[in-house]
Amino acid sequence: MELKLSPEDAAFRDEVRTFIAENYPPEMRVPNPETDLTKEQSLLWHRILHKKGWIAPLWPKEYGGPGWSVTQRFIFEQETSRAGTLPPLAFSVTMVGPVIYTFGNEAQKKKFLPRILSGEDWWCQGYSEPGSGSDLATVRTKAVRDGDHYVVNGHKTWTTLAQHADWIFCLVRTDTNAKPQSGISFLLIDMKSPGVTVRPIITIDGSHEVNDVFLENVRVPVENLVGEENKGWTYAKFLLGNERTSMAGIGRSTRYINKLKQIVRAEIPADDPAHLEFLRDIARIELDVLALEATELRVVAQMARGIDPGPAASLFKIRGTEIFQDITELTHRAIGNYGLAIREHPVSANRFMPGPDYGHTASEKYLNARKLSIYGGSNEIQRNIIAKAVLGL
Amino acid sequence: MDIQFTEEQELLRSSVQRLLRDQYDFEARRKIAASEEGFSRKHWDAFAELGLLAAPFSEGAGGLGGGPLSTMIVMHEFGRHLVVEPFVETVVLAGGLIEHVGTPEQQQSFIPEIIDGSKIWTLAWTERASRFDLANVTTRARREGSDYVLTGAKTMVIAAPWADCLIVSARTSGGNTDRGGVSLFVVDRRAAGIDLQGFKTIDGRRAAEVSLRDVRGQLLGAEGEGVAALEACRDRAIGALCAEAVGAIGELNSATLEYSKTRKQFGTTIGSFQVLQHRMVDMFIAHQEALSLMQHLSLSLSGGDAGLSRLASGAKSKIGYAGKFVADQAVQLHGGMGMTDELNVGHYFKRLSSINIQFGDPAFHVLRYAQLVTAA
Repeated sequence: MELKLSPEDAAFRDEVRTFIAENYPPEMRVPNPETDLTKEQSLLWHRILHKKGWIAPLWPKEYGGPGWSVTQRFIFEQETSRAGTLPPLAFSVTMVGPVIYTFGNEAQKKKFLPRILSGEDWWCQGYSEPGSGSDLATVRTKAVRDGDHYVVNGHKTWTTLAQHADWIFCLVRTDTNAKPQSGISFLLIDMKSPGVTVRPIITIDGSHEVNDVFLENVRVPVENLVGEENKGWTYAKFLLGNERTSMAGIGRSTRYINKLKQIVRAEIPADDPAHLEFLRDIARIELDVLALEATELRVVAQMARGIDPGPAASLFKIRGTEIFQDITELTHRAIGNYGLAIREHPVSANRFMPGPDYGHTASEKYLNARKLSIYGGSNEIQRNIIAKAVLGL
Repeated sequence: MDIQFTEEQELLRSSVQRLLRDQYDFEARRKIAASEEGFSRKHWDAFAELGLLAAPFSEGAGGLGGGPLSTMIVMHEFGRHLVVEPFVETVVLAGGLIEHVGTPEQQQSFIPEIIDGSKIWTLAWTERASRFDLANVTTRARREGSDYVLTGAKTMVIAAPWADCLIVSARTSGGNTDRGGVSLFVVDRRAAGIDLQGFKTIDGRRAAEVSLRDVRGQLLGAEGEGVAALEACRDRAIGALCAEAVGAIGELNSATLEYSKTRKQFGTTIGSFQVLQHRMVDMFIAHQEALSLMQHLSLSLSGGDAGLSRLASGAKSKIGYAGKFVADQAVQLHGGMGMTDELNVGHYFKRLSSINIQFGDPAFHVLRYAQLVTAA
């Protein structure tokens, strides 16, 4: 499905498409870019987009954004995702960047924004804690003022790619007497600070994406506080809004459906009754994608007219993640007996993997996709948001 | 219909439970799966000593005569503990085939070594294009003197790296997907001409791609009648896998229920949220239905009932979907913890996912169920 594009927007789309085709690094085309690339490799595309001035579509021009319209941003998102490019690190560009230019002071903007754009700093997110999953407001990590420093103690978890990170943005409790939401501050912490320890969490697909981050008497300069003390919850919610906008994942789903079709064609003879069942299941998923895409386009058109999409993000998160889980599950089923095998990590060790190449990541993707309905606010929480904010229940 | 265990069955169950409780907790299992060999000879010997490897075999074959009900009892407990040792492969698949279609000489020669734990077996039936079709066999066997010689390739053979002997399906006549013309052969895993390429499976076991070039094999069962033997073997395997699945489902439900009573979010236990209560009720119902079908199938296997194979497919499908539902929800309700390698929940998820592939997924079996009903 396509937006009806003006001639200018159509030209823009062609420009983006050509740029990707000509510049996306071939070494990033690995079986599973999310787990198979080194830090350096995964930054290659980031640096190319930075050089082109396209790294931060969301950012205002004065901070280094390209100055695109809502429609152009959507086109860019659609083209990069359709082409299967690895999105630049969201924690840096999409999450902490906007918080800093919206709520940070001049010194912070000057210090951090250029390094986010260039990819020099890799950011991770210090939100979740063992006791605070979907209920973020209960953060227990404490920051106590000591002269011109905060002393931070606590335990962050599910910290994505913390093993590569230079900085972590953290929700910390600065007032233990206030109501949960009112005593939280937004602190930027250098990962090289003494007292910061990263411990890998291996997930059921065998990969190392997430970590525990332990903070023990970490001294953080007061100048790393974003905005006002105890106002962190406002900034956190602002950031989470950004996190949930891009979760429909239409481009990704479309690519994986195409791959699934190839697998079904290759693995299941047309005269096998299972073939027809797969065609039917795939068609149902395609219709799910079509309906979600149409909804996304409708929302984009409304946004272009200046209408606030409100909690539409929750709808995209719910359906986008459910659809992708369905696709990975069907793909895992389509490769039949080979679904019993799984690549071992690190994949650079090149251990033997049976079956056809196109099936080699099916098991790990299927397992890894279970996280989608849990992270970024579980789908149960998203339904609560819609119940409350849209339906008024 | 509720199975009242006999004294002997109760004894079997409590002794397996005790052994696993004492020696096979999740940490012990993790160490076993991560070890060089990937399974534990020590535990295998303990299983033999306890009589588990003898339980299902008839007394005539040197077993304890417990039949499919004893398999159900053992596998249900194995499912609860995520046991990786190849009981299904050795006792249910290979042992069952030897007992049902082997000659008296073959039974006398092979079964005692299964029962005493000294030999591990597995069944190699899957091929690159076979998917779940037992008759889709391109590996060839030709007669040479009193023996046969096999050439071809088998894929995704669970437990092959551990096995001393393989039962291999190979074509002695007919076209690649003909029902007739498939025969079964006993092959020494270390025989000349066999090459194994091993790897790990998603549920922490080992498997191998097996290539055969002019490998000597001994015919098991009637020449050309292998598919019928494999179908009956699959029914027995389904009985075992379903019991294992039900054991795993029960553990997931207990763990999830327990977690929902202790995990607090928004100032209260997550078990107090109605949406999660209803979810757990559905998980409970799925377990009850699966448990009932497991018993129904095991009784039918014991009685050799007519329509057994249709019931086996029905149970594999229904219990498969139940397992998938419960595993999905158990991970979801455990949140991020459910995604970790550290917690057992994800490992039950993976075992249930594997069971849903072995011998055909739930969609395959619901279709087979429908087709067999229509044919009846």
